[in-house]
Amino acid sequence: MVLSMSSHSSVLLDVHNLSVSFATDGRVSEVVKEVSFYINEAEIIALVGESGSGKSVSALSIMQLIRQDIHTQKGQIFFNQTELVNADDKTLRRLRGGEISMIFQEPMTALNPLHTIERQIAEMLVLHQPLMTKEQVDERVLQLLEKVHIANAKQRRKSYPHELSGGQRQRVMIAMALANNPKLLIADEPTTALDVTIQRDILNLLCDLQQEMKMAIMLITHDLHIVKRMAQRTYVMKEGNIVDHNTTSQLFNKPAHPYTRHLLDSVPSGQPNTYQETADPILEVKDLRVWFGLKTGILRRVNDYVKAVDGVDFDLRRGETIGIVGESGSGKSSLGLALIKIVEAKGKVLYKDREILQLSQKQMRPLRKKIQYVFQDPFASLNPRFTVGQILLEGLNVLFNHTSKEEKQYKIEEALTSVGLETHMINRYPHEFSGGQRQRIAIARSLVLQPDILILDEPTSALDMSVQQQVIALLKDLQLTHTLSYIFISHDLEVVRIMANNVLIMHQGKIVEQGNTQQIFDNPQQEYTQKLIQAACELHAL
Amino acid sequence: MQLSAVNKRRWSRFKLNKRGYYSLWMFVFIFLLSLFSEFIANDKPYMITLNDKHYFPMFTVYPETVFGGEFETETEYIDPYVEQLITEQGGVMYWPPIRFSYDTFSVDLGATVPSAPSATHVLGTDDFGRDVFARILYGLRLSIMFGLLLTILSTIIGVIVGACQGYFAGMVDLIGQRFIEIWTSVPSLYVLIILASLFSPGFFVLLFIMLLFSWVSLVGVVRAEFLRGRNYDYIKAVRVMGLGPLAIMFRHLLPNAMVATLTFLPFILNGAIATLSALDFLGLGLPPGSASLGELLRQGKENPNAPWLGFTSFIVISVLLSLLIFIGEAVRDAFDTNKKSAVM
Repeated sequence: MVLSMSSHSSVLLDVHNLSVSFATDGRVSEVVKEVSFYINEAEIIALVGESGSGKSVSALSIMQLIRQDIHTQKGQIFFNQTELVNADDKTLRRLRGGEISMIFQEPMTALNPLHTIERQIAEMLVLHQPLMTKEQVDERVLQLLEKVHIANAKQRRKSYPHELSGGQRQRVMIAMALANNPKLLIADEPTTALDVTIQRDILNLLCDLQQEMKMAIMLITHDLHIVKRMAQRTYVMKEGNIVDHNTTSQLFNKPAHPYTRHLLDSVPSGQPNTYQETADPILEVKDLRVWFGLKTGILRRVNDYVKAVDGVDFDLRRGETIGIVGESGSGKSSLGLALIKIVEAKGKVLYKDREILQLSQKQMRPLRKKIQYVFQDPFASLNPRFTVGQILLEGLNVLFNHTSKEEKQYKIEEALTSVGLETHMINRYPHEFSGGQRQRIAIARSLVLQPDILILDEPTSALDMSVQQQVIALLKDLQLTHTLSYIFISHDLEVVRIMANNVLIMHQGKIVEQGNTQQIFDNPQQEYTQKLIQAACELHAL
Repeated sequence: MQLSAVNKRRWSRFKLNKRGYYSLWMFVFIFLLSLFSEFIANDKPYMITLNDKHYFPMFTVYPETVFGGEFETETEYIDPYVEQLITEQGGVMYWPPIRFSYDTFSVDLGATVPSAPSATHVLGTDDFGRDVFARILYGLRLSIMFGLLLTILSTIIGVIVGACQGYFAGMVDLIGQRFIEIWTSVPSLYVLIILASLFSPGFFVLLFIMLLFSWVSLVGVVRAEFLRGRNYDYIKAVRVMGLGPLAIMFRHLLPNAMVATLTFLPFILNGAIATLSALDFLGLGLPPGSASLGELLRQGKENPNAPWLGFTSFIVISVLLSLLIFIGEAVRDAFDTNKKSAVM
C-alpha cells in the first residue's frame, strides 16, 4: 500500500481518506467525508471548524472511541505504522492513554467525582505500566501534579474533583493524559469552558509541556486566536471535509479557500452605538444584593451567606448598552436574573422611577413586557415542543390579552421580520433551525413584547464565530431602530468592547471598576481589571 | 390524525420490538372480544322470529307470556320448555356461539359440578355449574376495565401531585415526600382487608380503596421530571414572559414528563389487574357472583380434582399479564432515544 505521507520518516499519525457515517433511525449521514491529514512527531497541528463540521468525530476516530456508535467507517489511520481502523481491542487499549491520550472540553464531567485525583492519575499508570511499585506510582503522581503546576501538590493530591476549580481540574486532566509520556495528545476544545485568565495559563502550560516532552499535539478548536498562537499547521474543516490546509502563518496571511477567509473575517469589530448621555435614566439600580443563605445545623438556621451580588449600583439610559463583565461565578448572571425578579434580591431597582423589587409577581406582570431577557444557549431557551409562532404567541397571550388575534399575528410576523427571519418559518419547530437562527427567534420572542430594556445574558457565546458576528450586528441594528437599552452580560471582552458604551467589571459579586468602556479597556485602574484585560490581550491580540 | 415526526419514529421503534408489537395486537384483540362478551356468551338469543315478528331479547325484556308461556316474569330462554314453546309455534331462535352468560347456572348438566370440559361447556363448569369460558370472557373485561380505570385515575392524581411537588419544590416537595414515605409504608393489604369489611366491596368502592394506595406510583417520576425541567432556560424564559405557574406546569413542563409517565402505564395497569385478582382470590374483592379471574383461581385451588379450573385461570391471568409486560417493554424501547434502531 502506498500512502501519500508514510514515506516521510517523522510522520507520527497518518489519516488517509477517512469517512465516518452515523445512522439515526434508518437514515445514514456521513459526518466525515474522505478526510486526510497527518501529524509529524513533536508537532502541533490544529483542526479548526464550526460546530458540526466533523472535527471532533475525526479526532475520536483516531482513538477508535466511537466504534460502536458509528454505522460505517472507511479509510486508514496509521499511528506509528499500526493500522487503527478495525484494530483489535487489545491494541487499542494499549495505545489509549499510553501513546495517544486525550483531554476533553468539560473538565467538570471528564473526571470521576467519586475518586481522588491521585487515584485517577495512578490508575492510568497502573493500567499501562503494571510493573511499577506503589512507591514509584506515588512519586510519579506527585511529579505529574507538579508538572502541571498544581500548588501544594502533596496535600492537593488527596482532593476530590469538586474541591478543585475549573482550571485546576483541567490541569489534572492534563496530568492524567501525560502520565505515560504519550507521543500524541489530542486536545478537544481544551479551554472553551474556561475563563480568559485560566485559558491563557492552560495554553501556556500545554506549550511548555509540548516543548519539554517532545510530543505531538492535535488541537481541536473553533477559536482562531488559539490556533494562531499554538499551531504550526492548520486544517480547516467544513461540513465533514477538509477545505483548507497550510502552515498556520500562511493560512492566516494568505487564506486560499473562501471559507477560511470567511472565518478570518468574522472576528468582531466595530464601535458601540451612541446614545443621549444627559437623558434621565430609565433603570436605576441601587445597592442591589443577591444573598443566598447557607443553612447549617439541625435547625437549618441561616448562618452565613453566599454573596452572589453584593451592593451593585448603576444607571441605564435609553439606547445605552451597559456591559457586565466577569469570570464565571462573579455573579453577573444572578444580577441579570435579579433585575427581572427571577432571583430574589434586596436593594432598589427603579424602572422609570417605579420600584420593582417590592412588587408581587402579579403587579410585576405588566412591567414584564418592558424588561426582557435573552438567554445564553438558544438550544436550551426555546421549548422544543412549540412552533416558532407558538413560542412568540406565549408572551403575547399573557401580556397583551386584549389584543385581537389578527393583531397578535401581525406583531409576530413583524418581530420575525425585524430579526431577519421569514414569516413562513412561523410553523416550524426550533430543531429545524441553526444556532444563530434560534438566537434570532429568542430575540424575536422578547422583541414582540416591545420592551424598553433587553438583558442579554451571553447571547453570543454559544454560537460559532461567524454567526456571533451576525447576531451582534442584528442587536446593534435593533438598538438603533427601537432605541433599546441593553444590559449585556458577557465574559468575552472583545464582544463587550464593540457593544457596550459603559462597562461594569464584576468580581465575586462586587463591582471592581465601572465606567466608559474605551477608558477602562485602554487604561484599567484596578489590579483585577488589568489582569483580565492583559490575559484577553495575550489571547486575542485585542 | 397526523403523527408528528417524533411520534412516527417512536412508533417505528415500537414496531421493531416484535414481541411487544404482536402482544399489543393480541391484547387489543382480547380486549375487544371481551367488550362484546354479551354477543359471544349469553343465555339470551340474538333474535327470535315468531309469527312474522322479531324479538331482541338481549335488548328488551320480554315476559314469558309474549311467547305463550304462563309467567309474567322475564323469559328463561335456555329453559327447554320455552325453547319447545317457541319452536312449536314455528318460531326460530338465533343463539350466540355460547349459550351461557357468566352467571347462568346449568341445571341439566347430567354430571356433578364442577363438570369437566365437554361439547356444551368447552372449558367445563365451575362448582356452581357456571360455564368457565363465559366467566373468563366476562372476567377479562372486568379486570381490564378495572385496571384501566384505576390506571387512568391514579395517573391523573399522581401527575398532579408530582407536578406540584416538582414545580414548587422546597417546602411543598418536602412535605409531599415525607407524606408519601409514610403513606407507602402503610401495609396496604391489611387496610384493604379492614376497609373491605366495613364497606360492601362493590366495583367502585374497591376502585376507590385501591386508588388510595396506587396514586403514589407515578409521583416519583413526574416529580423528578418537573424538578429537572423547572430550571430549563425555556421555562425561565416563559416566566420572564409573565406566565403563571399553572400555565407553565401544564403547557410547558407536562409534555416532558409524559414520556416517563407513558412508559410506566402498562406496568401500572399490570399491577392493578394482578392486585384485583389477588383480592378476589382471597375473597376480599368483588361481590360474590361477579365474573372474576381471581375467584376462578380460588375455585381451582379449592377443587384440585377439577384441574381445568386452575389451569384455565392460571393460563389466562399469566398470558394477560405477560402481554402487558411485553407491551410495556416495547413502549419503553419506543421512548428510549438512546436505543439504536436497525437501519432500514
